[in-house]
Amino acid sequence: MSSLIGRNLLAGAESDVAADSGCTDHPPRMGFFTDTSVCIGCKACEVACKEWNAVPEDGLEFTGMSYDNTQGLSADTWRHVAFIEQNKPMGHAETGAGHGDGTDLRWLMASDVCKHCTHAACLDVCPTGSLFRTEFGTVVVQEDICNGCGYCIPACPYGVIDQRKGDGRAWKCTMCYDRLGAGQEPACAKACPTDSIQYGPLEELRERAALRVEQLHDIGVADARLYGHDPQDGVGGDGAFFLLLDEPEVYGLPPDPVVTTRDLPAMWKHAGLAAATLLGGLAAVFAVHGPRGGAR
Amino acid sequence: MSGSDVGGEGVRGARPGREAQVGKGLRRGDGGRRGRRRGGRGEKAMVPEAEFTSYYGKPILNPPVWKALDIAGYFFLGGLAGAGSVLAAGAQLTGRPATARALKISSLAAIGGSAAMLIHDLGRPGRFFNMLRVMKPTSPMSVGSWLLAAYGPAAGAAAVLDVAGRFPRLGGAATAGAAVLGPAVAAYTAVLAADTAVPAWHEAHRELPFVFVGSAAAAAAGMAMVVAPVRETGPMRTAAVFGSALELAAAKVLERRAGLAAEPYKRGGAGRLMRAGEVLAAAGTAGGVLLGGRSRAAAVVSGAALLAGSACTRFGVFQAGMQSARDPKYTVVPQRERLNARAAEAGV
Repeated sequence: MSSLIGRNLLAGAESDVAADSGCTDHPPRMGFFTDTSVCIGCKACEVACKEWNAVPEDGLEFTGMSYDNTQGLSADTWRHVAFIEQNKPMGHAETGAGHGDGTDLRWLMASDVCKHCTHAACLDVCPTGSLFRTEFGTVVVQEDICNGCGYCIPACPYGVIDQRKGDGRAWKCTMCYDRLGAGQEPACAKACPTDSIQYGPLEELRERAALRVEQLHDIGVADARLYGHDPQDGVGGDGAFFLLLDEPEVYGLPPDPVVTTRDLPAMWKHAGLAAATLLGGLAAVFAVHGPRGGAR
Repeated sequence: MSGSDVGGEGVRGARPGREAQVGKGLRRGDGGRRGRRRGGRGEKAMVPEAEFTSYYGKPILNPPVWKALDIAGYFFLGGLAGAGSVLAAGAQLTGRPATARALKISSLAAIGGSAAMLIHDLGRPGRFFNMLRVMKPTSPMSVGSWLLAAYGPAAGAAAVLDVAGRFPRLGGAATAGAAVLGPAVAAYTAVLAADTAVPAWHEAHRELPFVFVGSAAAAAAGMAMVVAPVRETGPMRTAAVFGSALELAAAKVLERRAGLAAEPYKRGGAGRLMRAGEVLAAAGTAGGVLLGGRSRAAAVVSGAALLAGSACTRFGVFQAGMQSARDPKYTVVPQRERLNARAAEAGV
């Protein structure tokens, strides 16, 4: 482990997160590459995740949001398949599902998950040390430690982690930490019938993803772009990144997320100045008034 | 979406259309439905509604699960306690023992109440000791827990020894310790809120600590006016001027500098609370300065107004954060603008 002294690990690219968290002799950083261009919206990932991790029911509700009745990631939803219906062409494909007004219909599906950020705000702000960085570079909650303070929830720039009602603790995707340790792939990736969810060493996934974008551009899908792959982005790159076919916000993802703790030094500085202002200001007040029986 | 019902939990009963929506956040105009719109159209025209895309109007962030009464109440009581300890030390040093004793007791009560609120807000209150399991400068809540662990006993000893009249030197040391740690207790809660992805809190991270310490000074000065004899409260009235001026000035800077993230501070429930905080702070300060030195009744009323104003500001800041977390507009629009600016820069 290289020395942590003098290095700013709050933001920016970081090549070895597991080592910087104190893991020596660790496996390569593992991750997800979710290629939404081949997602068929079967929700097998949602089901497999629930089954393997024994995640409780998250509400049975009809939303009218295309085929999405799951609605978003939460304490009881660790994979969420988004469905977006658009009047736009998909490359050169002809769906025959147009509206007769010259526009075509495309149906975007994407399986969302915890991003296992390089700079994970949830982990940074956790006051109990319940959230920790694993030897695989993933971010996991230790449920026997969590006291349900809820700080990680608004810290997450993606809206992933949440508090489980009736339980009080915070829960999120563990990237199937128990399976990883046994050399198995996470349940969602295992269940995905189209390999839209790919699991592997992050470096390898990034190479594969770059090739896939190129391939899609070549066949006329100009919209294809990667999201969360760049180690230079606001969270230092995601451990789970995506190939999207539209802007991130269309899928309910923030377009340019930044880890909140990037600005923490500035926050402490301003808080220190404010505290000094309070102390100095009130001291000045008493200095002006002087001892009782004196000035006024 | 006109039939939707925006309540404390967000939108209920909304049945969005089938397309990903452009320019349709949770709410148009101000914070959901309200009885009357002051200022009419002229006020709204100043900031044109931003066009943006969202996933069926769903928020990007998971809003805080903190309860307003617990956490905003904690911000208020923590400030009251922290600034109160400074005023108590000042009063003691300048020969105002009745004020010093009253403020020490109020600080102990406030910090005790705020600790109870913090524990009550935990999902697992029985595990609150886990807060002291690690020491983490990247977690303002960890820093705050240790701060409270040091400040609480100091404030407690200061009050108990003063009332008991025992061990004056130890009491003096506790009073001094609480006075040094007090400002940190009052200021760190601003970092606690700002160190999140909540736009109205994070984008205000430079100004929020000053709003909080100003509000804390005003509240503690108000408390002194309520509980201390008029002949001793001269410095308290000046402290109220200092606190209120700092709070109002910092809030103005915040509203100017935070861009779109400042909007929730002016709209809906948060807007009303912030305005009420301003009016009460100004009224309490004016009343205290003009009449508080002559009439005990006027001092009590002015002090109560200052306390209420500080509470309104804290609840307003809390509510503004909740409003900004529930509407995807506040997350998406600034980030999209940032990306566009970067792309334009790269293109040139």
